[in-house]
Amino acid sequence: MQFAVIVFPGSNCDHDCYHAIKDVLKQPVRFVWHKETSLGDAEVVILPGGFSYGDYLRAGAISRFSPIMKAVSEHAREGRPLLGICNGFQCLTESGLLPGALRRNESLRFVCEEVWLKCETSRTPFTCGIEPDEILKMTIAHGEGNYFCEPGTLAELEDNNQIVFRYTDADGSVSPEANPNGSMNNIAGICNLAGNVVGLMPHPERSCDSLLGGEDGLQMFMSVLRMVASS
Amino acid sequence: MITTDTHATREMALDHGLSATEWEKIKEILGRKPNVTELGVFSAMWNEHCSYKSSRIHLKKFPTQGPHVLQGPGENAGVVDLGEGLAVAFKMESHNHPSFIEPYQGAATGVGGILRDIFTMGARPIAVLDSLRFGAPEHPRTPYLVGGVVGGIAGYGNCVGVPTVGGETKFHPCYNGNILVNVMCAGIMRSDAIFRGTASGIGNPVIYVGAPTGRDGIHGASMASAGFDDSALEKRPTVQVGDPFREKLLLEACLELMKCGAVVGIQDMGAAGLTSSSVEMAGRAGTGLLLRLDSVPCREEAMTPYEMMLSESQERMLLVAEKGRESEVREIFQRWDLPMSVVGEVTGDGRLRATFGGDEVAELPVSSLTDDAPTYDRPRETERGLPLDDPLDKLPEPEDLGATLLKMLAHPNHGDKKPIWRQYDYKVRTNTVTLPGGDAAIIRLKGTHKALALTTDGNARYGMLDPYKGGMLAVAEAARNICCVGARPLAITNCLNFGNPERPAVMAQFSSSIDGMAQACRSLGLPVVSGNVSFYNETHQVDIYPTPIIGMVGLLDDIQKRVGHGFASQGDVIALIHPKDEAPLPHACAHEYVWMETGREGGDAPSISLDAEKAVQAACRRGIEMDFVRSAHDLSEGGLGIALAESALSSLKSGLGAEVWLPEQEGRLDGLLYGEAASRILVSVSPQSVNALQEAVQSCGAELTRIGRVQEDAFVVKTPDNVPLIDLAMPDIVAAWSDALSEVL
Repeated sequence: MQFAVIVFPGSNCDHDCYHAIKDVLKQPVRFVWHKETSLGDAEVVILPGGFSYGDYLRAGAISRFSPIMKAVSEHAREGRPLLGICNGFQCLTESGLLPGALRRNESLRFVCEEVWLKCETSRTPFTCGIEPDEILKMTIAHGEGNYFCEPGTLAELEDNNQIVFRYTDADGSVSPEANPNGSMNNIAGICNLAGNVVGLMPHPERSCDSLLGGEDGLQMFMSVLRMVASS
Repeated sequence: MITTDTHATREMALDHGLSATEWEKIKEILGRKPNVTELGVFSAMWNEHCSYKSSRIHLKKFPTQGPHVLQGPGENAGVVDLGEGLAVAFKMESHNHPSFIEPYQGAATGVGGILRDIFTMGARPIAVLDSLRFGAPEHPRTPYLVGGVVGGIAGYGNCVGVPTVGGETKFHPCYNGNILVNVMCAGIMRSDAIFRGTASGIGNPVIYVGAPTGRDGIHGASMASAGFDDSALEKRPTVQVGDPFREKLLLEACLELMKCGAVVGIQDMGAAGLTSSSVEMAGRAGTGLLLRLDSVPCREEAMTPYEMMLSESQERMLLVAEKGRESEVREIFQRWDLPMSVVGEVTGDGRLRATFGGDEVAELPVSSLTDDAPTYDRPRETERGLPLDDPLDKLPEPEDLGATLLKMLAHPNHGDKKPIWRQYDYKVRTNTVTLPGGDAAIIRLKGTHKALALTTDGNARYGMLDPYKGGMLAVAEAARNICCVGARPLAITNCLNFGNPERPAVMAQFSSSIDGMAQACRSLGLPVVSGNVSFYNETHQVDIYPTPIIGMVGLLDDIQKRVGHGFASQGDVIALIHPKDEAPLPHACAHEYVWMETGREGGDAPSISLDAEKAVQAACRRGIEMDFVRSAHDLSEGGLGIALAESALSSLKSGLGAEVWLPEQEGRLDGLLYGEAASRILVSVSPQSVNALQEAVQSCGAELTRIGRVQEDAFVVKTPDNVPLIDLAMPDIVAAWSDALSEVL
């Protein structure tokens, strides 16, 4: 299954995604430069983490104007799997492919640490292999991960089962203490109404190897592999 | 014909930080007075920061050779062979003066500079470590400086996407007026694709890439070559502003360019910008350079040749390409949206010539700027910095040793540094095997079974007590840290932070410290492959303690054979690896403890036998390699007491504590618990493996002594006759430790 990792100037988790897909998942993957206009035969598209355009202005605010984003939007509209990780999530909200926005962390500081996440839905291509309520361990590394949206939008997200991950403590309870950035309702990741576009702040590509402290993130890539293969 | 309408004068030379003698020497070399631009070039190349004029004769004492050394000192970074076609490029640099004046940008551009030193060698940076020294925690400026420096390192490193994986942060009033920000970077490369800063091939184009030049940072290198007084903060405009996004583009563009084969030589425009990069590249190749300054991309209007030559604008590189391949270079840099401009060519006349607006504005022999730069054997006079009496003698023996432990753990020197390192992205690039805070960081090498071990270390108090021993101890401890994770030390970089070299006492410290380091390097087989000297760390004529910081790289041949410093399992035996024929814990001054209790410093630096040290390190590595050792942690400041607490606090399963009996030894029990004996490693081992480990340790010429066991929940230290000295619950220890940085960050 062909994966594409979009490379914006300033992307810095592009190599990590590439490595996870190619060397761990053993699937074909290629980098797609932001100035390109076609995704070719890519079945799964990933917007990686980093600091596209230095995060100047706002995280993701400039990268959404990149030429490739037109093809990415089309890919999403066609209902095909699109995953935005960290800066990629920020780019998805900036470009309107996902609702809401990611504000500065409540602490006003960058934070890098392991967090626990509860998977809230298996209806997305990236979580279809994960049991609802399963607790995963992943790493966050961001300064602007504080998810925010209008109250009406938040209600819709909850009602439509669009919240994909919430920050929890190790035993799965959703508490203010488990929230690393002040996000609404402990949101760590969401999807669009159709479910094919997923954005999350934690880095699944960093949790694909037991040597580095866990393989929970690999489940997201395995999910999409299984789903696309069976469709 | 050189433009001479702007003759420099003696007064201008003095204003540029040159001495009267140096001014005379310049006139003698040229056979005329320099113009203002030329004077600027001389002052930039002959200042302490670029010329190493006070340190050069001493630095020659370091061993720099080894079978695995691919590149020693003199280049942008040292390079060491790792086998399997891979090599590591690494270096450490200081950014002390700018970081004191403007902590965020000072630290950020410190990171930027060292990253460029690494990728200019053709290596991809894979890890950053920071060795930081701040003033007293209660000093009013300390929180501002800590917040700014940590923020700057995070802001720059996180954005570029190079993980900050380790380092150390310490506080002492000797840094109240001069903080230290030393940044080490390591990069990975193919061992057959090393790039160097040489301008060879007459007629080859000289190409400027990266950010346009502005007026920022002019005389930055000169600022770093003088001490501070009340006007220090007025120097703020000389600190450059970093743009990590541009650095990331430059990094990717340069690495891509190096693959295409058009690059002859390449160098970062660091301190003294265009001047030092062009002069050093020509100097190494024995060539000359013609620079057409009209072609230099400028950010500001009406910039003069003087400003262009001396600007320290960040994120710029100078490279020499093969003639006729300019368009390939242009194509790659256009793709990355970076300015690229051919600014000159390599010449055969051995001169640095610069033209601007049709005039020749500088015309200087390259060798006059490099080889003829003054070197000084400055006067040295040994002065004892601290009293020889052990201040422990004046301290009444405390009734509650547990309280002293909690007090030390609650001090920022020993407390949990997580509030610092959680601001760094220590995991990007998915190679970081251990969390920051261990004895050494472990970075896996993808595609192999190997990993790098990286550490920085330094103890200024030992340097102040005895510079020679302090130098030895710094190297020995760094190597011990590498061995504590199971790796084999390979080579060293260093940052030598000292006061004003014009003071004989400082120069004596510097010279002795290097003697000590060099001795330890020779004994332990560790070449010094790169480094940096930072003098003039003084304010109001008060110098910092001599602070040589060692950055070390080690190699783990099998990444599975590694340990951390936290206890692994309840019931494991706790033991000390120590030199044979020595007590497990001999008498040694409890410097850190006494200082925290009384504010006094004195006594002797720890004794060290390098042969014994070598045996202890080998024993630790062997124990890890044979899977006997389950945790290893070296004893340093705070001795056994602090090492035990740290191993408990970092245990794999939270809540693990210890029950330990102090070994028999004459003298006070508090002195024994916190005594800072060198060459000691605290290990934990499963009960079934203790005897086997003992054999392995002895076969390496060292000794193993059991002192206790890992237990749940409680932290207990007893006298040899089983009288409890410390009996604390782990949650109380955790509470004291984890909140220690709250007053400074």
